[in-house]
Amino acid sequence: MITLAHFLTLGAVLMCIAVAGIFINRKNVIVLLMCIELLLLAVNTNLVSFSRFLGDPSGQVFVFFILTVAAAEAAIGLAILVVLFRNRATIDVTEIDKLKG
Amino acid sequence: MMLDKSILLTIVLAPLFGALIAGFFGKRIGRVASHSVTIAGVGLSCALSIYVLYQMVWGGAQTYNQNVYTWFEVGSTSAHIGFLVDRLTAMMMVVVSFVSLMVHVYTIGYMADDDGYERFFSYIALFTFSMLMLVMSNNFLQLFFGWEAVGLVSYLLIGFWYKRPTAIFANMKAFMVNRVGDFGFILGIAGVLMWFGGSLDYASVFAHAQDPSLDMASRSVELFAGHPWHVATIVCICLFIGAMGKSAQVPLHVWLPDSMEGPTPISALIHAATMVTAGIFMVARMSPLFELSETALTFVLVIGATTALFTGLIGVVQNDIKRVVAYSTLSQLGYMTVALGVSAYSAGVFHLMTHAFFKALLFLGAGSVIIAMHHEQDMRRMGGLRKYMPITCITMWIGSLALAGAPGFAGFFSKDAIIEAVGESNRLGAGFAYFCVLAGVFVTALYSFRLLYMTFHGKERFVVDPVKQHHGHEDPEHHAPGHLAHAPHESPWVVTVPLVLLAIPSVVIGFLTIGPMLFGDYFGNAIFVNEANNVLARVGEEFHGAMAMTLHGFSMPPFWLALAGFATATWIWLFNPSIADKAENALRPVHTMLTNKYWFDDLYQAVFSRGGIAFGRGLWRGSDAALIDGAINGSASLVDQVSALVRRLQSGYLYHYAFAMILGLILLLGGSWWMFVRIAA
Repeated sequence: MITLAHFLTLGAVLMCIAVAGIFINRKNVIVLLMCIELLLLAVNTNLVSFSRFLGDPSGQVFVFFILTVAAAEAAIGLAILVVLFRNRATIDVTEIDKLKG
Repeated sequence: MMLDKSILLTIVLAPLFGALIAGFFGKRIGRVASHSVTIAGVGLSCALSIYVLYQMVWGGAQTYNQNVYTWFEVGSTSAHIGFLVDRLTAMMMVVVSFVSLMVHVYTIGYMADDDGYERFFSYIALFTFSMLMLVMSNNFLQLFFGWEAVGLVSYLLIGFWYKRPTAIFANMKAFMVNRVGDFGFILGIAGVLMWFGGSLDYASVFAHAQDPSLDMASRSVELFAGHPWHVATIVCICLFIGAMGKSAQVPLHVWLPDSMEGPTPISALIHAATMVTAGIFMVARMSPLFELSETALTFVLVIGATTALFTGLIGVVQNDIKRVVAYSTLSQLGYMTVALGVSAYSAGVFHLMTHAFFKALLFLGAGSVIIAMHHEQDMRRMGGLRKYMPITCITMWIGSLALAGAPGFAGFFSKDAIIEAVGESNRLGAGFAYFCVLAGVFVTALYSFRLLYMTFHGKERFVVDPVKQHHGHEDPEHHAPGHLAHAPHESPWVVTVPLVLLAIPSVVIGFLTIGPMLFGDYFGNAIFVNEANNVLARVGEEFHGAMAMTLHGFSMPPFWLALAGFATATWIWLFNPSIADKAENALRPVHTMLTNKYWFDDLYQAVFSRGGIAFGRGLWRGSDAALIDGAINGSASLVDQVSALVRRLQSGYLYHYAFAMILGLILLLGGSWWMFVRIAA
């Protein structure tokens, strides 16, 4: 029997993978973007699970909004990435430290 | 009858008007207009002063004592501008404005080539205004105003040639030494305000001082616990310290010889005839206070006697013609102070008056010689000037005879009166003072005639060198020392006329006025003397007219001492100049001591100047640089160090920021959850 806890655990695992990806990844900005997408997916998983188990469809409506915003965000993120690559000729995260104090 | 207020206001304000016109518009209205407007102002002042004196003496005018303007009011205390005109004031007004007028006229000749011509006239007219404010004041605050104003003008005029480092040094020195005196003076005024009835008005202060029911003479106060002092002694010594600064008494005399850096006319006006006598005038004016304190008068007496003898001795070794006259001024101021110290205030003021005439004459004569010698002041490069400038020579002789106290001349009467008054006095210190003033007579004659012989007689010790004629008069530095572009000649009439006009009172003023001023009731109640201290009355018992005093003078010790001085000077400097050098070698230690002026200057420079600089440097290094700058720079560098640590957090890596965000989020959530649990529990 699959319970709510299983789904929430899946969400938490996805979340942790995404966070770990953000921290640990030192090479690739694209992976960062993917991790952010993964964070949103983890949230989506939680929303869908609660919606299903609480019998309230408004959670699934939220998921659609989030997916839309995530798509837009991915588009903009990739565009920024292209510009960044044109300017700096690298997508290595360790070299992007312009904000260093 | 009463004097008219508008006359007194005109006397004071006319020179101020001239000073303002010449000072602010001098360059625009030109030289002639500048000296015309100031001379007109001072001339008007002089004429009205003589009128006031005439009214006081023969017109039966009452003492004028009224406020004309309220300066400010603080609570119940108010400060006024007011005039107290009695016979003492009237005499001072005439002396000040007359000598000032002579000096104004003389300046036309002396400063003819100077760029600062208009400025100079503005200053001396301003000085006349300040000095008149000082002598005509009816309260201590206005006196202090005049006191400081004459000090300021003195400072400005000593440093008149402000491009000369020596002049700047001298005017700073004069200003600083006077600050020491003024500090005492203002403490004295504060004491008057505190202990003498809470008023600064002369009349009420003197009334309070003389009120038998208050017995101010024996009232005392403990400045330091366990040591009671008479308030009168404290106040009078403080006031006299002010007089010591202004009237250049030992040990505050050091500024006066250096003030000779200024142009000669102001040496005559300010540093001989008028300003330096302000202290003498002030003490005479405060006689009701000084009479309360025997201790303060002894102090005055000893200081005056020391000044009279020991500064005169320095004059014997000086070679700068103006400095000889300057040291003689110091010595004569000492005589006046001695007179004050034995309660013979009238004699002090009388000597002040005669001295003003003959000392102004001597200075202006010295200035005339300096013009002729193209600004050479060293007497070793003069000599034999008698035949080139007869008028200057004769008037200088008159001035010197008056100074040395030749019977019949003005200085004889005033100086003899002082010496006899000291002889009559039995105040503590009078014996020392009597010795000093008697020895001073010999010294006075010695340096006076030395000056005359070295300047006007003997061999010419300069070379007339016409080749250098193309050099201008204004560049004396371009001539070799002792070389003149052309032969010296007598000065123009604007210089000689004041000399002659000053020579006349130098001869006759003493003869004419000694009777009423010293032994008559000329001063009336302007000067107060306790019956027990009244030495002049005892001297007066033997006074049978000026003529008798003159004849009697020939048989008195001062005359013989002066004659001895004259004979010594004649023998050495007229006939055997080599003796002077031999004596100099034989008395080497004494000579060294005198040329170094008893090391007063060196002492002050070592202790006060260097000490002050060292103290200031210590404060700068220790307090300013270390403490204050340390605190400010330290807090700045603390911020710097903290931020250097904190900036390491700003790595610029996205994942560090993300980690910080997550961490923050966890803390926030954990914290709020914990709070929630606690509140719920």
